[in-house]
Amino acid sequence: MATSTNSKARLATVWLGGCAGCHMSLLDLDERIVDLLALVDLVYSPVADIKKFPEGVDVTLVEGACCNSDNIHMAREIRLKSKQVVSFGDCAITGNVPGMRNRLKVENILSEVYADGPGPAPPAQGGLPVLLAKVLPLHQVIPVDVYLPGCPPSPERIWLAVTAMLKGEPVELPAEMRTLG
Amino acid sequence: MSVVTLTIDDKLVSAPANTSLLSSIQEQGIDIPTLCHLKGLSERGGCRLCVVEMEGNPRLFASCVTPVAEGMVVRTNTAKLLKYRQMMIELLMAQRNHVCAVCVQNGHCELQTLAAKLGVTSVRYDYMCPDLPMDASHERYVIDHNRCILCARCIRVCDEVEGAHTLDMGGRGVQSRVIAGMNQPWGTSRSCTGCGKCVQVCPTGALFKKGSSAAEMVKQHDFLTWILDGREKKIWHWR
Repeated sequence: MATSTNSKARLATVWLGGCAGCHMSLLDLDERIVDLLALVDLVYSPVADIKKFPEGVDVTLVEGACCNSDNIHMAREIRLKSKQVVSFGDCAITGNVPGMRNRLKVENILSEVYADGPGPAPPAQGGLPVLLAKVLPLHQVIPVDVYLPGCPPSPERIWLAVTAMLKGEPVELPAEMRTLG
Repeated sequence: MSVVTLTIDDKLVSAPANTSLLSSIQEQGIDIPTLCHLKGLSERGGCRLCVVEMEGNPRLFASCVTPVAEGMVVRTNTAKLLKYRQMMIELLMAQRNHVCAVCVQNGHCELQTLAAKLGVTSVRYDYMCPDLPMDASHERYVIDHNRCILCARCIRVCDEVEGAHTLDMGGRGVQSRVIAGMNQPWGTSRSCTGCGKCVQVCPTGALFKKGSSAAEMVKQHDFLTWILDGREKKIWHWR
């Protein structure tokens, strides 16, 4: 992917703490994906095998909340390398379902799920990203330019927002397309 | 009945004295956001979404609890009001755990709809994420404090229309909770008639029918007009 003319906008999509439903909805653009790929180079995405987040991205769609230290690092890298960052779906906007753990203590979650649960507990140190005390919406970690709500946002919402951004226009979704949930 | 004349959004209107500013505004066909207000119940002035600007006074007035007055000049839709209304919605969202995606009332919620309508795209405040219980002790209904915005519609309809006054507000400030009976499990309250009016008037997913799953709870509160018009005006809306 991502090897055509320089005039195309550079689009990235990222999957942080979420269920991938927003990306499924992106794929549900169906045949419009072909139209989208005529407008953009997809330079980073869970649906493309690219290991490193590239420089000079025009628009980045970020699905998912920030749940651990790795998500925070990634969010900061995205911000540094993207002109416009989109909170893509409810988890990025509010914390949503991952954020439902926020009323619990992290130590209690880890011990109940791993130490007391079936199977071996993960190593206490080494390698694994550290869970944050509270799941954070993306805009509490980095500045966000556009919010695209929905769980998941419908393909129509995605299409309207992304095509507006690619044209350099402000994203103005009608009220019925701005609902969370 | 004496009549007063006032100016709403540059238009001269007349209204019966001792009526609320909100009713005059709505009579003009102006779409003003409300949450705690519900036609047929007493006014509470709790959510502050119906605030208006009043000429000659720097503070905002909740129109539902402000009576009309002669010569009053009000504005119902300004940039300043929108800013405050957005803040109020965000504060409501931040105070409890409103997780629309998994809520019984997803798609039918007045808070969710108003947030979208007023252009609330994200919440600027830290979420409080309180550890709140649900009470499923009632045989037919559930109260989920995570979704409650303390509008007190349920309390008012229980007292003013059903006449049971099973529900009330316990605690103070951020600790406030809708309680049943003497702050006991709802199912053990002997005054509750199980009528379900509280459930039907609740604007969010805080009160719902047992067995409802995500997005399944749809409410209707036109029964309030049928009951109150019959009781007070002897007008019967048979359908």
